[in-house]
Amino acid sequence: MTGWGRMFVFSLCSVLCLLSSSNALALDFSLHGFVQGNYSLNTAGDNPDGKDFKWSEERAQVKLESVADPFRLFIKGDAFYDNIDTHSILELREGYTDYTAEKWDARVGRQVVTWGVGDLLFINDDFPKDYEAFFSGRPLEYLKKGVDGAKVGLYPGFASLEFIATPYFEPNNYPDPKRFWMFDPMSGITNREVEDPYRDLKKAETALRIYRDVAGFDTSLYYYRGFSRQPSLLPDNPATPTKLTLFYPELSVYGASLQGRALDGVLSLESGYYDSRQDKNGTDPMIPNSQTRYLIGYQRQLWEDFTVGLQYYGEYMSDYSAYVQNLPPGFPQEKRLHQLASIRLTQFMIHQTLRLSFFTFYVLSDGAYLLNPEAKYNLTDSIWVAFGGNVFGGGKPWTQFGQFAKDDNVYGQVRYEF
Amino acid sequence: MRKASVFSGMMVTFLLFSTGAFALSADELMKKSQASFLYPGSDFKARVMMKLISKGGQERVREMMMLRKNHGQPGGEQKYFMYFFQPADVRNMTFMVYKYPNKDADRWLFVPAINMVRRIAAQDKRSSFVGSDFTYEDISGRNLEDDAHAVVKEEKIGDRDCTVIKSTPKAAEMEYSYKLSWIDKTTFLPIKEEYYDKKGELYRVFSADEIKDVKGHPTITKRSMKNLLSGHMTEVLFLKVDYNVGIEDSLFTERYLKQPPKRWIE
Repeated sequence: MTGWGRMFVFSLCSVLCLLSSSNALALDFSLHGFVQGNYSLNTAGDNPDGKDFKWSEERAQVKLESVADPFRLFIKGDAFYDNIDTHSILELREGYTDYTAEKWDARVGRQVVTWGVGDLLFINDDFPKDYEAFFSGRPLEYLKKGVDGAKVGLYPGFASLEFIATPYFEPNNYPDPKRFWMFDPMSGITNREVEDPYRDLKKAETALRIYRDVAGFDTSLYYYRGFSRQPSLLPDNPATPTKLTLFYPELSVYGASLQGRALDGVLSLESGYYDSRQDKNGTDPMIPNSQTRYLIGYQRQLWEDFTVGLQYYGEYMSDYSAYVQNLPPGFPQEKRLHQLASIRLTQFMIHQTLRLSFFTFYVLSDGAYLLNPEAKYNLTDSIWVAFGGNVFGGGKPWTQFGQFAKDDNVYGQVRYEF
Repeated sequence: MRKASVFSGMMVTFLLFSTGAFALSADELMKKSQASFLYPGSDFKARVMMKLISKGGQERVREMMMLRKNHGQPGGEQKYFMYFFQPADVRNMTFMVYKYPNKDADRWLFVPAINMVRRIAAQDKRSSFVGSDFTYEDISGRNLEDDAHAVVKEEKIGDRDCTVIKSTPKAAEMEYSYKLSWIDKTTFLPIKEEYYDKKGELYRVFSADEIKDVKGHPTITKRSMKNLLSGHMTEVLFLKVDYNVGIEDSLFTERYLKQPPKRWIE
């Protein structure tokens, strides 16, 4: 266990002891959770290591909550058995303490934070994500990873403010190359090391969101200073590389979002400037250039229990000519403007116990796509099953979804929740 | 003689006043009914237990805390805050509605599994509320000016004297052609409602099955809605009902949607 991990468990235990020993405080305690099976079978071919499943596990989750005003303790822990790699793992999904005062509050510990108004498109949500979970047909909540940090909320009245400091960097989780066929620009170089995610307090990530209502629209301003959660590759020798170091370049994001009722539906607008601090002029080919990202979303209920959601999203690269000039030979060249669209259709049936949904990303710049149909049915109030599929294709084999063309899968989830 | 004429004059005046009082127009009656059914108190709380019962008798339970606050006069703006206890897959979800008299409501949903607050598109007020036989409009009320109201007759339901009002939607695209409401003359609560389809056939029935007095406000604590076409019905119990409990304006914000205060969730 890491130093941070030990500190974390220790502080949780202390709070738990404090809460349970103070008889004077009214203690409110609850225990919930689930057991589930989650399987995802290949339909386009075997995994790179020859296996048939992208995901196969049995999992149990326990959610423990204890309240003694003004404190609240929450722990969400998972235990699962992975049938593919045949091992079992304990995982602390969330674990934090809340303190609530009239005009402010604080949350310390591992917590999930979701910002922004996009549907599966994240501009100002610069918190860690698990894309492997998303592409493997796991329940949506597993797309979000917790951050180990402290959040302070201030509510002075004219606006609300959330400030988050994360001393320990957590990268995104990308699909496992043993399970997913993916594009790798330097696949010939197998000697790789990961520059340990930053464990330096001075390099703590900070994120700020200020929000309020403006003329009926939920309006937010965002600021993030930290690191890109997608690794960049640093070769030891640019001409004849023998070893690659994976590292996370410095990044700041400044953005804003709006969401409100318009045109008989809900309109969402979001934008963010990605300031690539280690490649200010865009000349370093191994570090992404600065970018402007934006999205427009519109959601509308067309008839009872049927909703359609549309999104248009773009990434516009700064210093494009510097990027082109410095791109090493043999590397695929990205377009200056990367655009994609998404459609989500949702129909509820049988008194909202059956949900049929269809989600698709279509990359306008290169024709790559992801299709995700799903049916979820609540057999009883405590048992549900879901079946769906992920179909990838189109575009070039090195693009966002095009690289997964051999990774199509169908998945099933069954959960008993208590 | 003079005395007698003064007396008869008073009688006439009294009669005029009293007939005036008893012969409320259909519009006035519906307004009073709306105030007593959907707007009593400055605020309101209840633990709501909904049983969705299929034709075959299979039951599903939806249980939530409902908190409501009025802003201004009956018929005006209201804010709703709901916290879900059951079923298990929506436990800890919260739902907030800002209801306006003359425009579409604003609705927000909090999804605890990913700690996310989202607005939801909800233009169709005739949509089912959490899969039950009640629509959003049944829960939070329908704009009175959307219908033409007329008194049809007077009728007793049980021991309650009621005025029967026929409400015909002014918009052509409504799913029902008219609704009959039995409005209790004493409490002004709807004791029964019948919805008739385009062919004039009865297909949906509301019934107030238990009325209790809470802090001087007659309150329907048990109600049901039955769909005669599907045979599906929903029974609703209001438990722990209270009025004027001092719900703060700040409750109806993203902050508390994400962290519902324990003192309101019981």
